[in-house]
This record gives sequence, structure tokens and C-alpha cells, in this order.
Amino acid sequence: MKARVHVTLKNGVLDPQGKAIGHSLNRLGFPEVGDVRQGKFIELELAETDQAKAKARVEDMCKKLLANTVIENYSIELVG
Amino acid sequence: MTVAQEKNPPVKLPNEPAITPQIVAEHGLAPDEYERLLKIMGREPTMVELGIFSAMWSEHCSYKSSKVWLKKLPTKAPWVIQGPGENAGVIDIGDGQAAIFKMESHNHPSYIEPYQGAATGVGGILRDVFTMGARPVANLNALRFGDPKNPRTRHLVSGVVAGIAGYGNCMGIPTVGGETNFHAAYNGNILVNAMTVGVAPTDKIFYAAATGVGNPMVYVGSKTGRDGIHGATMSSTEFNEDSESKRPTVQVGDPFVEKLLLEACLELMATDAIIAIQDMGAAGLTSSSFEMAAKGGLGLVMELDKVPMRETGMNPYELMLSESQERMLMVLKPGREDEARKIFEKWELDFAVIGHLTDTERMVLTWHGDVVGNIPIPPLVTEAPMYERPWTLTPLPAELDAAKVPAPGNSPADWQASLVALMSSPDLASKAWIWHQYDHLIMGNTAIRPQGGDAALVRVPGASKAAGHKGAGHKGLAMTSDCTPRYVQAHPETGGRQAVAEAWRNITAVGARPLAVTDNMNFGNPQKPEIMGQFAGAIMGMAEACTALDFPVVSGNVSLYNETEGRPILPTPTIGAVGVIDDIATSVGSRLVKAGLALVLIGDTRGWLGQSIYLRELHGREEGAPPPVDLAVERRNGDFVRDQIVGRKVEACHDLSDGGLLVALAEMCLSGSTGASIRLPAGAPAPHAFLYGEDQGRYLIATDDGGALVEAATRAGVPAVLLGYSGGPDIAVEGLLSVPLQELRDAHEAWLPGYMNSAA
Amino acid sequence: MKSAILVFPGSNREGDVAQALELVTGRRPSLVWHGDGDFEKVDLIVVPGGFSYGDYLRCGAMAAQSPVMAEVKKRAAQGVPVLGICNGFQIVTEAGLLPGTLMRNSHLKFVCADVHLKVETSQSLFTNRYQAGQVIKVPVAHAEGNYFADPDTMKKLEDRGQIAFRYCAPDGTVDGRGNPNGSSSNIAGVFNETKTVLGLMPHPENAVEPMFGGTDGRGLFEGMVEALS
Repeated sequence: MKARVHVTLKNGVLDPQGKAIGHSLNRLGFPEVGDVRQGKFIELELAETDQAKAKARVEDMCKKLLANTVIENYSIELVG
Repeated sequence: MTVAQEKNPPVKLPNEPAITPQIVAEHGLAPDEYERLLKIMGREPTMVELGIFSAMWSEHCSYKSSKVWLKKLPTKAPWVIQGPGENAGVIDIGDGQAAIFKMESHNHPSYIEPYQGAATGVGGILRDVFTMGARPVANLNALRFGDPKNPRTRHLVSGVVAGIAGYGNCMGIPTVGGETNFHAAYNGNILVNAMTVGVAPTDKIFYAAATGVGNPMVYVGSKTGRDGIHGATMSSTEFNEDSESKRPTVQVGDPFVEKLLLEACLELMATDAIIAIQDMGAAGLTSSSFEMAAKGGLGLVMELDKVPMRETGMNPYELMLSESQERMLMVLKPGREDEARKIFEKWELDFAVIGHLTDTERMVLTWHGDVVGNIPIPPLVTEAPMYERPWTLTPLPAELDAAKVPAPGNSPADWQASLVALMSSPDLASKAWIWHQYDHLIMGNTAIRPQGGDAALVRVPGASKAAGHKGAGHKGLAMTSDCTPRYVQAHPETGGRQAVAEAWRNITAVGARPLAVTDNMNFGNPQKPEIMGQFAGAIMGMAEACTALDFPVVSGNVSLYNETEGRPILPTPTIGAVGVIDDIATSVGSRLVKAGLALVLIGDTRGWLGQSIYLRELHGREEGAPPPVDLAVERRNGDFVRDQIVGRKVEACHDLSDGGLLVALAEMCLSGSTGASIRLPAGAPAPHAFLYGEDQGRYLIATDDGGALVEAATRAGVPAVLLGYSGGPDIAVEGLLSVPLQELRDAHEAWLPGYMNSAA
Repeated sequence: MKSAILVFPGSNREGDVAQALELVTGRRPSLVWHGDGDFEKVDLIVVPGGFSYGDYLRCGAMAAQSPVMAEVKKRAAQGVPVLGICNGFQIVTEAGLLPGTLMRNSHLKFVCADVHLKVETSQSLFTNRYQAGQVIKVPVAHAEGNYFADPDTMKKLEDRGQIAFRYCAPDGTVDGRGNPNGSSSNIAGVFNETKTVLGLMPHPENAVEPMFGGTDGRGLFEGMVEALS
């Protein structure tokens, strides 16, 4: 199965890249854009078939490597 | 070991199209070139064979329009170890050490995708240098962008600079110098010329020529994907509006992998397992394998299914033409494969034996056991098209009388405004916004940083310990890149001469001996006689200057078809140059850091305003003949200046170029945060011609003893005049102007960041 | 003083710090490959600058998980001094040896420039050659040096005197003008609680020779020699 991991900066942590994207969009004629948060999307191919086990393993991966929990949140989506 | 397969005609792959005139045209081959191909092959080619001919006979790989002219450049000197024709030029810098360097363009890819185009340009030139066994010690970049008012310019500057920074910084090679100009002629075709300088022991230099029938051919580095297929042919045709849709052909660089490749290659080079090595640059596996076999007078068999692949479903055509980055091809001594494999696996890089050398002088390509390509190697090289294209020289424009150029005005305020305007004009404004994004300090050897002198100066690692080194201190390499395209446009011969002379002067101005040149010839469509005439004229001027200054060309690159919808760039023969100084402690920069120093002008000043920055920026005119370059005078003045510097008679030195004397003085004052006041000498031409004229062969020197310097110059037959002294918070010219340094600094430093941060 | 410099795939300032240590100690430090879980006993471990693993995912994240870092954590817990410079600072924070993290520079660009640092304390094995309040000039070269920690952590760092260096103006004023990356409280370097681990973004190793960036960084290496020999 596949795991899709989204990593984003925690609310309240300054996101300079998101801010720059927001400014550019405003400049390009999208004044409706307010706050922008930029993150990462990571897709993992897993040999595991058990949903619960897979979820636990990916949680572990997020804590150990994929996200820096000092500043980042993560969410996991399992597909297939 | 010899294979008889060349007697077997190749098989066609499933779905392989028949070769039609349209397919031939899409491969950039003219009908007569295709006839030539048929004669060599004796039959219709397969697609992969057609692709190989197309790549090898592209302007980029074959130099078919430029070769007859490039042969006119001097390439030899006692210190030249390897001239043009290898991955990079090699010169002897003493103590058993060699400097290996080259400059190369990545113009078209950088226009289409500025970040990746510039990044892979840096990656490519680094590979050219470390392929030869050198550890790169410095990078330089010569950049030319369109009019700042052009809507695309800001995006291109931002992407190109970030791309150079992203690649060079990650590799850990300092980017120490370069130049950045703006001109509307580059609106549709920017120039990104990247130069790398490396150092190697003279007895450990690696070449491309393969030897030893049966020896294994080894592929190392990244896997092959579909990147940049037909990049080499793309960079050899004129742009049109749908070039922007060619985006997928641009390669993506991975500096992290290149760093691993550098370390792995140098580790393997420290053994004696390598016979020949060649990086995969333009036209990837095709040109690298051809070069190695052709230079060795051998043939080869390559099993293309063994090439490490990044994508599924790739075919021989794609594998031969892919321009995926960070790859190398090597010939190893027999039996050394395992030793080499271990090193590359330690660095987590791909390693595959993909073929072997034969004595057939044919390139045989197989795909899962079937022969899919079989090309005779020598005729593809010897029968390659070579054109002596018609050329028309640009006539020398009439000299512009300085009296016909208005002075800035009559009041000190007018004069003051003229200097502020020049120092904040796009070409002369501070480029700190750019070079602060480049790590210029890594390796701990940078003695002269950007804006610190006319040339960058880098300590040569290991030099002080090298046996037989004469000086007590460390040896240094001085390096620079230079060209004044508006002079070349006005009169290519003068412009070519001037570009070489100024590069030589830059090296001289830090106290180093200029040794050799790499040239990056950027021009428009060579099928137009006036463009070919620019090329021819520039080469004539360069050849003359290189000969007169003992400054041979040891490597280079040609980029033609820099035109969009018929509008060519300014002819831009960028000159990269390298020199050496025996004891780096005797070098000087251009910063004026203390008060009370005498300021002495070396060289004659007629007040040449034709094609000057003053004329262009303040009066909107690009007119007249460019300043003439007297090579004998150039040499006499330069040799005198260098002797004074290494004799420790000089505190700071700056050559006079764009903007003339007053701009040079302002640059020295700003970089050293010390003011100065000067007066016009007796017999000087009109003040604006004296202060802003761009006469050649001149230097401004700061010294403790102005009288002694002028006397020494007079004895040497060198014109020299004391102009004034350093000190105070202002830059002042008696009776004309006085500008507070701070005001000038604000204008000088604000332009580029202000431009980059303003909305599109 | 025996020292070891860790080398990860993509490290690129290990040579610079080796050169500086050799200049000051007269002894060439050993280089330790990232895959080596065990290495000889040393008085100082240096995690150098560079782009370990290409800075992919997050700067320092992958290097922090390497076998050699497990060993470094063990030795740091026993009190062996650890110096993390630039990417090394990012690695030691990712490994949990120092609090906080290094984010993208606020202006989003790589910056290579001389900066001025105010030495916050001379009471450490790294800074004993400097005076508290002294201003030194050393270069930075990074794209992710924007120090961040949550408010509780920041308060603890301040209260316990764990801030080693702050960016300042040439006259020593700390008001944000000398801050090259948007770092919280102008922090350029921090200690662990026992002041045996130092992480800093600037490169003192590129300021140890008069002709090559000045000598203001030399005190850090001389101080360590004095404390550790």
C-alpha cells in the first residue's frame, strides 16, 4: 500500500516561504489570498498490508525522520 | 575479444519509424549533411544512429562554423601542458602543480529554466575540471542579462543567481569572481558563462584517450533519465517563440550527487586503476564514448541495456542522447573493476561495466543481445561538416571627438549627480546582492574576495609544502573574467583585443603573472555574414593580443545562434584568465583602506569617450570607435605595475575600465571606506574626458611614496602622474565636485537589491 | 588535544575546520566517516559544515540518524565536548543534543558575509579566550540559519546562560541590524545546559589567518586547546 505524508509548519511558526508565495500571488492579481502555509508531501511505497500496523510504522518514521516535531506537524493518509 | 558484429547490420526496434526527410530535419541535419551520413554508413541509419550523427555534428559538439577560425588562436607556451581539445586546459604553475581550467556557456537552458540551467552549467564545468584529476578550487561566472526594464529580466537574474549558488555552494567550491552586465540586446538570449579552476599534481593528470583492446568501459554516477534529450541540438538553433514549450528538455542538477562523484573520482584517481576518463556533458553517452574511442584510435562495444536507468521503458535512442547530469565514463585497467566498484558503492553511486574497447574503430551498440547501432568512428570525426561561412568585417567607426560630447554641466551639483548616476547604473552598481549568495570563502583560501580587487586571488593548497618552491610564503592563483561587448559590437577586432588585454590587466593589477586564457565565444547566427564577421574580427583581435602578451588560449567553448527573432546579442567573447603569484603576501587588492596614500595614474589619457559608459548612461548614445589598445604599451605598463606590486611599493591598485578614472577611484574608495581628493594634472584633456574617458592600458595606484613611484615609472618610460591623496569622508575633484562617500555608497549599493525587490 | 571531525556524504567544510585545528594545535584531527559507529577516543568531536545528504528533507535531519551520531550522543552524555558548526549545528539540534532548530533564512536566500558577533559569556571551554561582551568578526555562509525555539525553551536558554553568541552591529549593539537570517533574539550560537556542546552558524574556522578573513575566530580554537589539553 501507499502512505501519503503531509508535513507542515506548526501554526505560529513563521513560514517565510509561505509568506513569499502569498505576496507573489497577491502581486499577480490574486488579492483574495490571505495566509499561505507551505509544506512537504512525501509518498511512501509500503510492503505492509495491515492498515493499523502500517499507520504505526509511518507514525514512527514521521517522528524519527520525516518531520521535525519542534516546528512541524504531520498527517498520514493510507491508500490502497 | 574482437567482435565481428560490425558486419551485421543493426536490427530495427519495434515501433521504430522509417527515416523521413522530416525526421532528418527535426534532427537539425541539413540535406547535404544527411547525404554525407548516407555515404559514411552505406545504408539508411537506424534512429539511434541518426540521433548520434545529429548530436555529433551539431554546432555545439562539432564546432563546424567556428573551427576554421579557432585555429588562428595561439595555444602554445612553455608552461602550457594541455591546450584546447581536452575537457579543460592545463598549465604548469610550478612546484609540480598544474592549474586546470575552462569556461563554458549554458545560455539557452538558462533562459528557458534559469535555476536549473545555471545550476547544471556550473555542474558541467566542474566535471570538466575534475575529470582531469583536479580538485576544483574556485568558480567564476560571467552573466549577461537583458534590459532591467524587460519584464523577464528580474526573474532570470533571480533564478540564475540562485542556481549558481545552489550548485556551487553545495559542492563546497568558492565562487570568487565574475561579472554581470545588462543590455537590451540580451533580452531574448541571456548569457551564463561558468568557469572553474582546479589544481592537480602535474604527474596525475587524466585524459580522455582510451587504450587497451578488451579493457572495460565503466559508467559511474547518477542513473540515466530522459533529461535534456536533444539539448546539444537545441543549443545550436535559433530561438523562436515556442522555445518556452521546450522546457522538458532542460536537465535537472543534483549537486549532492556531484559532490559524491567528485570525492569518489578523486579517490579512485589516487590509485592507478584509470586509463581514461570523460564526463558526460552535452550529448551524454554519445559524445563521451566517441571522444574516448576516437582519441585512442579504437572501437567499442556498448551493451546499452546495462546502463543504469532511472525510468522504465527507456530505449537505446534515449540512452545515447540523454543529458542526465552527474555521470562519467571511464576505461579501467583490466581486473580493477572490483576495487573501483567498492569506492563508488561507498559513496552510494551507480557503477556498471557497460562495454569494452575493440580494435575495429567502430561503435557497436547492443540492446539485449541485438545490434542496434554500428557506426564507423573515424569518418564521423574526419568527415564531419566544416564550414567556412561567408563573413563581412565590421568597419571601424569614426572616432568620436570628445568636444562633441557634453560635459555633465557647469555646477558642482551637476558633476556630483553624474558620478552618482554612473555608480548606480545597472552595469556599475554594486553586485553584492549577487555575490553574497555565493559562498566565496569556503576552503579558507580566498585572499581577494569579490569587489576586493580586479582579480580574485586564491591560495594554492599545498604549495608552501611543495618541494622546490622558491618563495617563503604561499603561492596564489589569480583569476578573472572579462569582456566589453559594446566595444566588440562597435569594432570586433578592437573589442577582441581589449577583452584579452583587460583580463591580462586584471591579473596584473593584483601582482600576479598572467599565464593563460579560456575563451567563451558567444555570438548570433553564424549563417549571417555580418555575424560571422564579428566572430572572425573578434578572433583576429584576440589572437593578436594573446600573442603579444604571451597569453595562450588553452580551452574554450563556442555558443552560436544567440538570436531571437533575428535580433542577435552583442558579440561577447568572454575571456577567462589565470595567473600566478609566487608569494601571496606580496599581492594587493583595490581597496583604499588608509588615508594619506598618494594616488598615481599610470598610462596615457587622451580622454576617449567613444563607446564609453559615460556616453551611454548619461547621454543615451552608443557611438564612435572603441578605445584603441596598443599592445606594446599594455605590456610595458603592466610589467612595470606588477614589478612595483611584488616589490612592495604599492598599497592598492585598480585597472581603469568601464567608467574610466573617476569610477575606478570611487570603487577603490567605497570598497575600502576611505575618501580621496584629486586634481586634474596640467595638460589634461577636458575634465569629463579625463575623468570618464576609457583609454586603455591604465592603472590607478595608491602608494606610500608617490614621488618615488612616478620617478620609477619615468625611468621605465611609463607615463605616470600624481593626482592626489586618499583620506577624508568625500571623493573630491578640485574645482569640480565633492561627493560624500556615504551618499555615493547608498546609491551604489541600493540599485540591485531595490530592483530585485520591486514588484514585476 | 585530540580531535575528530565527522564526515557525512555532502559535508564540505571538514577541510576548513581541520586546517584551523591543525594551525592552532599543530596536530591533524582525524576524520570519521558517518558509517563508523565506533571511533578512537578523542578530546573533542566536531560536526562540520556542508550539505549533508544534500540538505534534502531538512538540513541535518538524515545525518542526525546516522550510526556515528548515535555514538556522538553517547559520548556527549559522558561529557565529551561537541562543536557543531553551520550544518553541524543543524545536525546536533536534529539529534537532540541542543534545543531549538534552524529554519530557512527570513530573506530566503543563501548568505555569505562577514558578521559581527557579541560573545555572551567567557565561562565555557569554547569561549574562555574571549571576554564577555567582546565583539568578533567572522563569516556566515548558509541558507538555513534562522534559529527558532518555543517561548519556554527560549526563556530557559536565557535564564541558564546558554546563549553563546548573538549577531550584533560592529559596535556591539544587539538590535537586529547585524542579524543576517532573522534568527530569534539574534542568536548565532547556543550551548547545552552543561556548556559542553556548542552549536553555531558562523564559521570561526574561516577566520584564523590574517590574509584569509582575519583572526577573530582563532580564540575559539585556542580556548578549546587550553581547556582540553
